Amino acid sequence: MSDIAERVKKIVVEHLGVEEQKVVEGASFIDDLGADSLDTVELVMAFEEEFGIEIPDDAAETIQTFGDAVGFITNAK
Amino acid sequence: MRRVVVTGLGMVTPLGTGVDTTWSNILASKSGAGPITKFDTTAFGTSYACEVTRGDGSGDTFNPDDWLEPKEQRKIDAFILYGIAAATQAVEDSGWVAESDEDKHRSGVMIGSGIGGLTWIQDMSLQVEEKGPRRTSPFFIPGSLINLVSGQVSIKYGFKGPNHSVVTACSTGAHAIGDAARMIMYGDADVMVAGGTESPICKVGIAGFNACKALSTKWADEPQRASRPYDADRDGFVMGEGAGMVVLEEYDHAVARGATIYAEVLGYGMSGDAFHITAPSEDGDGAFRSMAAALKSAGIAPEAVDYINAHGTSTMADSIELGAVERLLGDKAPEATMSSTKSATGHLLGAAGAIEAIFSILAIRDQVAPPTINLENPAVETTLNLAPLVKQEREIKVALSNSFGFGGTNASLVLGQVS
Repeated sequence: MSDIAERVKKIVVEHLGVEEQKVVEGASFIDDLGADSLDTVELVMAFEEEFGIEIPDDAAETIQTFGDAVGFITNAK
Repeated sequence: MRRVVVTGLGMVTPLGTGVDTTWSNILASKSGAGPITKFDTTAFGTSYACEVTRGDGSGDTFNPDDWLEPKEQRKIDAFILYGIAAATQAVEDSGWVAESDEDKHRSGVMIGSGIGGLTWIQDMSLQVEEKGPRRTSPFFIPGSLINLVSGQVSIKYGFKGPNHSVVTACSTGAHAIGDAARMIMYGDADVMVAGGTESPICKVGIAGFNACKALSTKWADEPQRASRPYDADRDGFVMGEGAGMVVLEEYDHAVARGATIYAEVLGYGMSGDAFHITAPSEDGDGAFRSMAAALKSAGIAPEAVDYINAHGTSTMADSIELGAVERLLGDKAPEATMSSTKSATGHLLGAAGAIEAIFSILAIRDQVAPPTINLENPAVETTLNLAPLVKQEREIKVALSNSFGFGGTNASLVLGQVS
């Protein structure tokens, strides 16, 4: 797993309080990992902080899964 | 009118987590005061307070993990955390589980706070300034709003009845219990979780109350001696933090399910000073009318009051309350005992009235008046027994608990043995 994926996973585990093995490519933050809409806002903020990037609101809405997040951040860097 | 009894108790205080720990420390004349550890107090007029000591939950410590998952703790100010912890204790102590829809609809929550998420508001304000608005947590608002304690507790237990919240400064806890009792009397609910919670010990909290000249400042070398109601050397209140919660229940409802009944809410009185934003009037008129209204609603004569848990904050206003109590009790004053447990806990602001109602209930249960610690050299002459320094065992059938707040808002509760 890439360094970015590891760092994203760490944030997801910490913020959502889920087990690491549940954070897989297609895992949806809301449907599979127990997040609500406020949690996803906070997750996006945490990604921005960790990777020093800005994720506009319309882009944030497309980040629904762990894989979406890793993909977006990889392209943004 | 439907009768209301108390069937569950819970608290988080500077003297411990849980009712038993706190109460045994109160009866042992211990103080919860110490140097402030939450921030550097160098530039502040006051360097000490009664903090809730965090730890592994043993002894007098409070362990947040015992009450809420770490990921949830990050979403709330400490006043909500304390409130959830105390409410959880109270609900579990009561044994009440709302299973049916009807049970859920008949169970409500009425938890208040004097100030709410002051620490978070302070921290987030600084962060917006430093990092810009985009770094603001989506949990900032729901983690700071006062009524969110009632909201959180209702979600935890599925209590879908009245969901309300009180904000009346230092009278909050007493008003919450009194108002919730009235909701049960009136038939809006059969069970109510009620109380207050507060976490005001932060830079703006201390600076703000210092600016009002309300806090003790002269006892930095001996913080445990700083809260000394009625004493000649008192110089202001000592800030405290924590929460107190009760489960109130309609009498027949409690009896039908075989609940343990601690006491009955016999009366509730309120008044306004209409005088000054922070000071009570010299004649104690607001305090007197609040107590008189509570006794009237209870249908009890003043001389039936055995124990009074005073508002007694360790400020000059102590003697104003004292005068009002003397006037209320008349020539029966020598037979009553009045103490201020704020001498031990400090002033928990919006939680004070709730923890003090609980101390009054425990005084009735255990037939003991908790002490006014640090009362070494009374500044006032009174015929009232102020229970100086040590607890006093005595007959207590009826207790009166007073709470008075900034803005001139007063509340008194009358609690008694269940007959």
